[in-house]
Amino acid sequence: MHNKSVAELSRELDSGQVSSVELTQQFLDRIKQEDSKYNSFITVTDEQALADARAADKQRAAGNATPWTGVPFAHKDIFCTNGVLTSCGSKMLANFVPPYDATVTANFRQAGAVCLGKTNMDEFAMGSSTESSYYGATTNPWGLSQGDKRVPGGSSGGSAAAVAARLVPAATATDTGGSIRQPAALCGVTGLKPTYGRVSRYGMIAFASSLDQGGTMARTAEDNALMLNVMAGFDPKDSTSIDREVPDYTATLNEPLKGLKIGLPKEYFSEQLSPAMEQQVRNAVKEYEKLGATVKEVSLPNAKLAIAAYYVIAPAEASANLSRFDGVRYGYRCEDPKDLLDLYTRTRAEGFGAEVKRRILVGTYALSAGYFDAYYLKAQKVRRLIQQDFINAFKEVDVLMSPTTPSPAFIQGEKTDDPVTMYLEDVFTIAINLAGIPAISVPAGFVDGLPVGLQIIGDYFSEARLLNAAHQFQQVTDWHQREPQ
Amino acid sequence: MTISRKDIEKVAVLARIRVDDEQVSALEKDLGNILDLVDQLGAADTDSVQPMAHPLDAVQRLRADEVTETNQRESFQAIAPATENGLYLVPRVIE
Repeated sequence: MHNKSVAELSRELDSGQVSSVELTQQFLDRIKQEDSKYNSFITVTDEQALADARAADKQRAAGNATPWTGVPFAHKDIFCTNGVLTSCGSKMLANFVPPYDATVTANFRQAGAVCLGKTNMDEFAMGSSTESSYYGATTNPWGLSQGDKRVPGGSSGGSAAAVAARLVPAATATDTGGSIRQPAALCGVTGLKPTYGRVSRYGMIAFASSLDQGGTMARTAEDNALMLNVMAGFDPKDSTSIDREVPDYTATLNEPLKGLKIGLPKEYFSEQLSPAMEQQVRNAVKEYEKLGATVKEVSLPNAKLAIAAYYVIAPAEASANLSRFDGVRYGYRCEDPKDLLDLYTRTRAEGFGAEVKRRILVGTYALSAGYFDAYYLKAQKVRRLIQQDFINAFKEVDVLMSPTTPSPAFIQGEKTDDPVTMYLEDVFTIAINLAGIPAISVPAGFVDGLPVGLQIIGDYFSEARLLNAAHQFQQVTDWHQREPQ
Repeated sequence: MTISRKDIEKVAVLARIRVDDEQVSALEKDLGNILDLVDQLGAADTDSVQPMAHPLDAVQRLRADEVTETNQRESFQAIAPATENGLYLVPRVIE
């Protein structure tokens, strides 16, 4: 049962072959037996999940089920869950039990889904390897059989590892610079970052407000579509949420791809990509040609500046967003502060981990008097150039395709001492967040026994087209069905 | 680009994060490397470019100035480190 997709589980629940209580118990047992290898969960909510499953079974019996009623899944620990620990992977929030739900959480609750718990993540979503969590690193299920402990990517590495290891069929995730697509690629699952504003950020603990976007993680594109149907939509509680009609993302999954115009950005097939990775991506593109798509090379001339712009804008916004963690109203507080300044400075020194402190300091520096124009304003201008590159590209093609990451999953600890090297792991994903457009990572092969992701990038609000393209690829390939041993 | 010890100490005060001497040395190296990366921005010609504050150039939405929230002080303060009589407690500010 644990190998089935959300769509398949939903059908089995519909037909009465299994009850939600049975299904929930099976996945809970599996988490209990297997997760010590991966550390993909921070919190498992056994009792609540079984209570929700019982309610879902009653709802199905009453004949008013949604596709999600009784289906188990998990939330990234960045989404506030009423009455359930929401730590954001940090010591700072290790005692934070929110008195409210995020809009995304409420939407899944409303749809009748059964949340099994909260998944591990890089602290405050800052990282590309899920090694900076206060709750310990998550291990990628791939590579273990070769004796290697590899990273699952980050920051949604807990969600990606849990889905890859079949501990849950789906999990929510968030993406500020690649934090859905990069771990999806490294764990061999499918992950979608929607257009900025498509999914409410209310109750999603903020890292960089103009870049953060909640999204989806599951094994198949169809399941991602089912998730987005629940998550997308206008939310008056989020002033950055977009008031625009939400389509049924499952309705167009089977549309043929004949005539689809694919652009390959030449800057993403450069020397930073290994020949083996490039070969897998080009093989995937060939599958699209067989499905009737045409391919041409395009250029994103300012792509090379994306990481530099990101590492000004994201830390600057983080320094403002994380100023709320001061030990006064909630979260960690240091012992016996001698005065108010001591309370603030020691609480934040003890509560935040090294990477979070680094980024707050960089952001504070970039925003400080004398540096604002040279760093922050300049980065926001470069951001406009990067956006314009994408706008120009989408005048010529329907979607862009590229590798999701420059290399497969690396060994744990390999890059932790060198932040800049770690930052380069997101070299192909960051520009998408700066522009605010959607992109999906789809399993597209293996290098040295490790998964490779194909990134499909679309114009604003083209999630349905991306899901359609990913689904059609998954009808003719089986990379997304491969299971780590 | 190099970032001086003095700069780091100043920024740490602004960010309200205590850093000890040992950490300052490590931060000199790490922040210097990050600023080297960021300095690539200088290569871009942005003279006639408008800065981009929002990916969709959206403007701030406003709502009617009406009280809509219910009072949830008790549930919010239940998770606070220290409260008394409905107020948050912090160390004495005025002697």
